[in-house]
Amino acid sequence: MMNSLSRKDWMPEAYRKTLVRQMSQHAHSEIVGMLPEGNWITRAPNLRRKAILLAKVQDEGGHGLYLYAAAETLGTSRDEMIEALHSGKAKYSTIFNYPTLTWADIGAIGWLVDGAAIMNQVPLQRTSYGPYARAMVRICKEESFHQRQGYEIMMHLAAGAAEQKRMAQDALNRWWQPSLMMFGPPDDQSPNTEQSMRWRIKRDTNDALRQKFVDITVPQAEAIGLTVPDPELKWNEARGSYDFGAVDWEEFKAVVKGQGPVAKERMAARVKAWEEGAWVRDAARAHAAKRAAAKQAAE
Amino acid sequence: MSDPSQEWPLWEVFVRGKGGLSHRHVGSVHAADAQMALAHARDTYTRRMEGVSLWVLPSAEITASDPGEADALFAPAEDKVYRHPTFYTIPDHIKHI
Ligand SMILES: [Fe+2]
Ligand SMILES: [Fe+2]
Repeated sequence: MMNSLSRKDWMPEAYRKTLVRQMSQHAHSEIVGMLPEGNWITRAPNLRRKAILLAKVQDEGGHGLYLYAAAETLGTSRDEMIEALHSGKAKYSTIFNYPTLTWADIGAIGWLVDGAAIMNQVPLQRTSYGPYARAMVRICKEESFHQRQGYEIMMHLAAGAAEQKRMAQDALNRWWQPSLMMFGPPDDQSPNTEQSMRWRIKRDTNDALRQKFVDITVPQAEAIGLTVPDPELKWNEARGSYDFGAVDWEEFKAVVKGQGPVAKERMAARVKAWEEGAWVRDAARAHAAKRAAAKQAAE
Repeated sequence: MSDPSQEWPLWEVFVRGKGGLSHRHVGSVHAADAQMALAHARDTYTRRMEGVSLWVLPSAEITASDPGEADALFAPAEDKVYRHPTFYTIPDHIKHI
């Protein structure tokens, strides 16, 4: 018996649903994540930084597309996913609902936000669904330049004039907590973690990854003379890890509910791009149909 | 908006890493026609010199075997071990064989 490509290997319906939710959420985060950084492309301090930022934002667009394509193999359509994003039904990472106020924010995002994303994503290269795992392999390969360019921006600012260093510290102060939130709620309050671990969709718990991120990032801040904004941060010899202060989960919950400082702006920008692109999509489809008809007539 | 027939069709993308290698499937793109599919494939899958050649193919044109019939299709090869060189015992002192 022959089959179209859309006929898929059998999988439990709840597993499929969880995958679609996680993959589309992930794709949306990549796409919405283009906005805070896109905001600074025209204002990058020099041509080198501008070219780098353009390439990074383009990569994030690519990441969104890999993931949408991978999610589509599960039988959901691109339009369905985009509609879910625009209607507010689908979530995306809360981090992108914070504004990018200064150039140092571009450094902080690359260093911390992409850094946290990498930490979340590396284990997903071994996730149980093949197309998702393969998309993650590509993404992880591309992410490491994102983090390094961000850290380099912070390094230069921190070694620059007093005003530049102050700007770098201010960006770290504002992005630290939201970055810790990127790992999701604490394990005992994360409704999906246990099932997702059992299905091997998720490979590590939120708290374990958060701890790893803190342990890796604190020395990086110290190395360039910046201070992680947490009075409770302290090396714990016995654990071989840093103890750190509680994350403000009330703020996290509010941002998840769409109360982030620029949540409305972000969605408005996405919807505007989608609606203003409608005529292009229609025109391209009409053009292709006309050419196909002409070709058929000529044969 | 959620009418899937209004979406640009899906294309499967294949990249040849370098001369001499075969094209490998890397993912898919949406595009109105073949030319646009090539452009999208280039932007999406070859931003870092991943390839020297691209193929795009309408996903709808692919015929796939039924995963449920994989056993029936592929199992017969398993009992034909004589197709493998290790099936044959040749004394050690016979060289170059
Ligand atoms: Fe990304
Ligand atoms: Fe990134």
